[in-house]
Amino acid sequence: MARLTRPRRAVSTNPLKTSAPLGAAMAYLGIERAIPLFHGAQGCTAFAMVHMVRHFREAIPLQTTAMNEVSTILGGADQIEEALANLKKRANPRFIGIASTALTETRGEDVPAELSDILARRPDLADLKVVYASTPDFDGAMEDGWAKAVRAIIDTMVPEVDPMFCDRDLRQVNLLPANYLTPAEVEEIVRMVRAFGLKPIVLPDLSFSLDGHLADDWSGCSLGGTPVDAIPDMAKSAVTFAIGESMRGAADLLGQRGHMPVQVFRSLTGLQAVDNFVSALMNVAGTADAPPAIKRERARLQDAMLDAHFQTGGLRYAIAADADLAYALTSALAGMGAEAACCVVTSPANPITEAIPSDTAILGDLGDLEDGARESGATLLISHAHARHAAAATGLPLIRVGFPINDRLGAQDACRVGYRGTRAFLFEVANAVLAHPHTARPEDFGAAPIEQEFEHDRPQTAPH
Amino acid sequence: MSDALKQTVQEAFVEPACATNRAKSAADRKKGCAKPLTPGAAAGGCAFDGAMITLQPIVDVAHLVHAPLACGGNSWDNRGSASSGSMLYKTGFTTDLTELDIVMGHGEKKLYRAIREIVEKHDPPAVFVYSTCVTSMVGDDIGAVCKAATEAFGTPAIPVDVPGFVGSKNLGCKLGGEMMFRHVIGTQEPERTTAYDINIMGDYNLSGELWQVKPLLDRLGIRILGSLSADARYRQVAQMHRARVTMLVCSHALQGLARKMEEKYGIPYFEGSFYGISDTSEALRTMCRMLVDRGADADLIDRCEALIEEEEAKVRAELAAYRPRVEGKRVLLYTGGHKSWSVVSALQELGVEVVGTSVRKATDNDKARVIEVMGTEAHMYENMAPKDMYATLKASGADILMSGARSQFVGLKARVPWIDVNQEKHEPYAGYMGMVDLVRAIDRSANNPVWDDVRRPAPWDEDRPFAGHRPRIKDRCPVTGLANDPTDFED
Repeated sequence: MARLTRPRRAVSTNPLKTSAPLGAAMAYLGIERAIPLFHGAQGCTAFAMVHMVRHFREAIPLQTTAMNEVSTILGGADQIEEALANLKKRANPRFIGIASTALTETRGEDVPAELSDILARRPDLADLKVVYASTPDFDGAMEDGWAKAVRAIIDTMVPEVDPMFCDRDLRQVNLLPANYLTPAEVEEIVRMVRAFGLKPIVLPDLSFSLDGHLADDWSGCSLGGTPVDAIPDMAKSAVTFAIGESMRGAADLLGQRGHMPVQVFRSLTGLQAVDNFVSALMNVAGTADAPPAIKRERARLQDAMLDAHFQTGGLRYAIAADADLAYALTSALAGMGAEAACCVVTSPANPITEAIPSDTAILGDLGDLEDGARESGATLLISHAHARHAAAATGLPLIRVGFPINDRLGAQDACRVGYRGTRAFLFEVANAVLAHPHTARPEDFGAAPIEQEFEHDRPQTAPH
Repeated sequence: MSDALKQTVQEAFVEPACATNRAKSAADRKKGCAKPLTPGAAAGGCAFDGAMITLQPIVDVAHLVHAPLACGGNSWDNRGSASSGSMLYKTGFTTDLTELDIVMGHGEKKLYRAIREIVEKHDPPAVFVYSTCVTSMVGDDIGAVCKAATEAFGTPAIPVDVPGFVGSKNLGCKLGGEMMFRHVIGTQEPERTTAYDINIMGDYNLSGELWQVKPLLDRLGIRILGSLSADARYRQVAQMHRARVTMLVCSHALQGLARKMEEKYGIPYFEGSFYGISDTSEALRTMCRMLVDRGADADLIDRCEALIEEEEAKVRAELAAYRPRVEGKRVLLYTGGHKSWSVVSALQELGVEVVGTSVRKATDNDKARVIEVMGTEAHMYENMAPKDMYATLKASGADILMSGARSQFVGLKARVPWIDVNQEKHEPYAGYMGMVDLVRAIDRSANNPVWDDVRRPAPWDEDRPFAGHRPRIKDRCPVTGLANDPTDFED
C-alpha cells in the first residue's frame, strides 16, 4: 500500500496535473444544454478550452467572465451578471455552471451570495439553472474540480425528500462517475446497469455530450448530457452508486438528500472490482442470476486474463495519473502480477492514494515519472499524452490514459471498465509488451560474440 | 499592477510606428488598442499567452512560468514551433504555487529556488521567468528575484513581467518583445558579422515555415543573424543589434521593437510576408535592396531578381497541375490581418472563387487591398458568430472554409471541408513551395470522397417501400430477460 511522498523542490518539470477549474468545466459539459463559465481572466478560459478541444476534437462552449485588472480589484459580481445575461441571450442554455479560478480566489469573493442576489434581481434568468463551484487552480487537480462541481450541482438542484412519503422508484439508480471515466466507459457502465432491468441517471453524463457525434444543428451549448429536469428526480432513486473514491463527498450528499443507501466503487477495472459491481446490481435488481451476456463477458475476461498473464506477470511499469485512475489501473494490473515500480499522482486530497498497490506514490509531475521509470527499471509507461516526451527519452512504450490525449484520435472511445473494458485493457498492456520484443543476444548472457571470420564478407539484406 | 508595468503598457499603446495608432486621436490612443472584453462573449488568449507565443520558440532557453498550475500546466507543449536543435523549450517549467505558497507569501523564495534547480539540472543559456495574474496580484517582484538569481547562479534570469490581465494576446506579444529589448538584445557580441546579416522578427517557425524560406536566403548568401523567435537560440536574440536589416514578418505586434532597434542601433526595418507568391518575391526584393543600401554588393539585387524569376516560374508550373482540381471551388476565408488579401490574390490566380473574407485585425491598408483584389467590399465582414458561419456553410454558401482552429468544428460539423491557415496549423505554407503545399491541401481536402459520403441521408431518412407485415415478437429479451410481450405480466 502506497505511502504518499512529496519531493522537496520548487520547480515542477512537465506538469502532470490538469487544473481543477478544467475538471469542473468538463463536469458541467455533461449536463444537457449547458455552458460552463470560468470566473477569471480570458486567458484561463482560452487555455482550458484549447486543451479540451484537442482532447475531444469537438467545439467546447466554454466561456469566461473576462476579468480585467480593475474588476479583479473591485470585485467581479457585475462581470458574472453580464456574462449570464449575454450567454442567455446568445445561446439560450438551460444550465450554466460557474467555476472560480486562482485569480478570483486569491482576491476572495463571496460568489454564492452575489449569485443569489443576481438571480433574485433578474427575472429574465429565472428559467436558467446556475451552479457555482469554488475551484481555485492552486488547490488540487482535475478530479478534485470535477468532484466539487458535481457536489455543487447536487447541492443546488437536488431537493431533500421526505423519507416516508417520497414516491421512490426502486428500479432507478444514481450513477456518479469520476472524472477519469471516458464517454465510452460511462456508456459501458450504463449498459451493465440496464442489463439488470434498472434505470440509471448518470450525473454528469459525458456519453451523450462529448462522445463525438455529428449533430444536425449548431447549438452553442453542450450537445447532450444529463437532462436538467432529471437531476431533482435523483432524490427518488433506490440507491446511489459512485465510481471512484473522489466522488464519495458528492455521493454522500446525494444520499442525504434522498435518504437512500450509497455505495462507492473504488474501481470498475479488474475481475474482482467488476464482480463487486455486478453483485451490487444483482442486489438492487433483486435477482440471484445475471443476464447471459454479462456471464459470457465474464468468461471472456477470465480467458483474457489467462492469455495475458504471460506478459503481465512480473511486468514492472511506471504510471502517472490522477489518483482514482491510478488506483483503478494499478489494482487491476496488480491482480495480473504486474508491479507499479513508480507511481506518480496529482493531488493529495484523495485518500485512495494509500490503497494504490505500490511502495510509494509521488505527488509530482512527468519529470518524476521519467526519473522514476529509469531508476526502477520499468519497461512500460502509463500516463497521458504529454508523457510522450518521457517515452521518447526513455525509449519505453507508452499507454495513453487520462487527460489530455491530444496526439491520438478516439480518446473518448477508450473503455477500460467492466468485464469487456478490463479485457481490452489487459490486451492493450500485453500488446504493448509484445510490440517491444527483446531478442536474445549472446552478450546478454555474458557469452562472447561470434567470431568475425565466420561472417559472410558482403552486406546482406534479410527478407524480414 | 506595478507602476513600472503600467508605464510599459502605456508606451505600447502610443507606439508611433503603428499605422493603426497614427490614425487615432490622442484621446483614443491613450485608451489603448484593446477593445473592452464582453463577459460571456469573449474568446482568445491573454497577454501572458501572447508573451509565450513570442518568446517560447527560443529553443535553448528554459521557460519558467511563475503561477499556480493552470497558466503553465494547461498550456505547455501545445505549440507547433519547430526547432533544429535544443528541445528544452518544449519542457514545461512552472512553480505550481499552492494555496499555502500564496497565503504565506512563499512565491518569491520558491521562484528563486526553482531558477536554481533549473540551472543546476539543465544549464540553459538563460531562464525566462514569466509573471502571471496571481503572482502579480500578490506582489511578487520577479525583477528583483531574477536580478538576485542572475548574480548568484551566473546564468541570466530574464523577467518577462507580462501578467495575463494587462490585456490581449496581441499586447502580450508586444510586451514580450519589449522585455527582450530591455534585458537581452545587445548583451552579447557576435564572433563575426557580414554585410548580409539580417534579423527576422515575428515569425515563429510553425511546422518549419522558416525553413521553407531559408533555402532562398541561403542561395543569396543572406545570413539570419538575429531571430525573434523562429528556431532561435538565446545568442541570436542577444546579438540582434548587429544585423544590417530587420524583416518584420506580418506582424504589428513587434513593430514597436523594430522601431526601437532602428532608433537605438540604426537597423532599418521593413514589413513583409512570406505568404503567397507575390508577397514572397516582394519581401526578397525589399530585403536585398535594403542590404545593398547598408553596404552589401550591388549585384545582390540582380542575383535576387534571377532567383525570383526562376522560383516563380517553377512554382507556377507546379501550381498549374492543380488548377483543374481546385478551379471554381468557392472558399470562405476567416482569418485576419494581411492574410485576408494575400491569400485571396493567390487563390484567385488559381481560379478559386473567394465568396467572403474576414477583415478582423486588419488595418485600413489591408482593407483597401481586399477591395482592390476582390473588386468590391460586399464580401468583407468583421466578425462572424459561429452560428451564422454554420448557417452559411450549411446552406452551401461555400465549398471550403479556411480559418483558424477556433472555427474548425463549425466547418466540419456543417460537413464542409476545413483548412487550417492560422498559427496552430500542422503544415507549413510559407514561401514559394508553401503555396504549392497550400493548394495541395485544398485539393486533398475539397476533393476527398468523404464529403459526399457524410452528406448522404441515413437509411431511415430515405423513402422506402412498405416491406409487408411481420408477426409480433413474443419472446423474452436475451439480454435483460424481460418479456417483450405486453400481455405477459410476470415482470
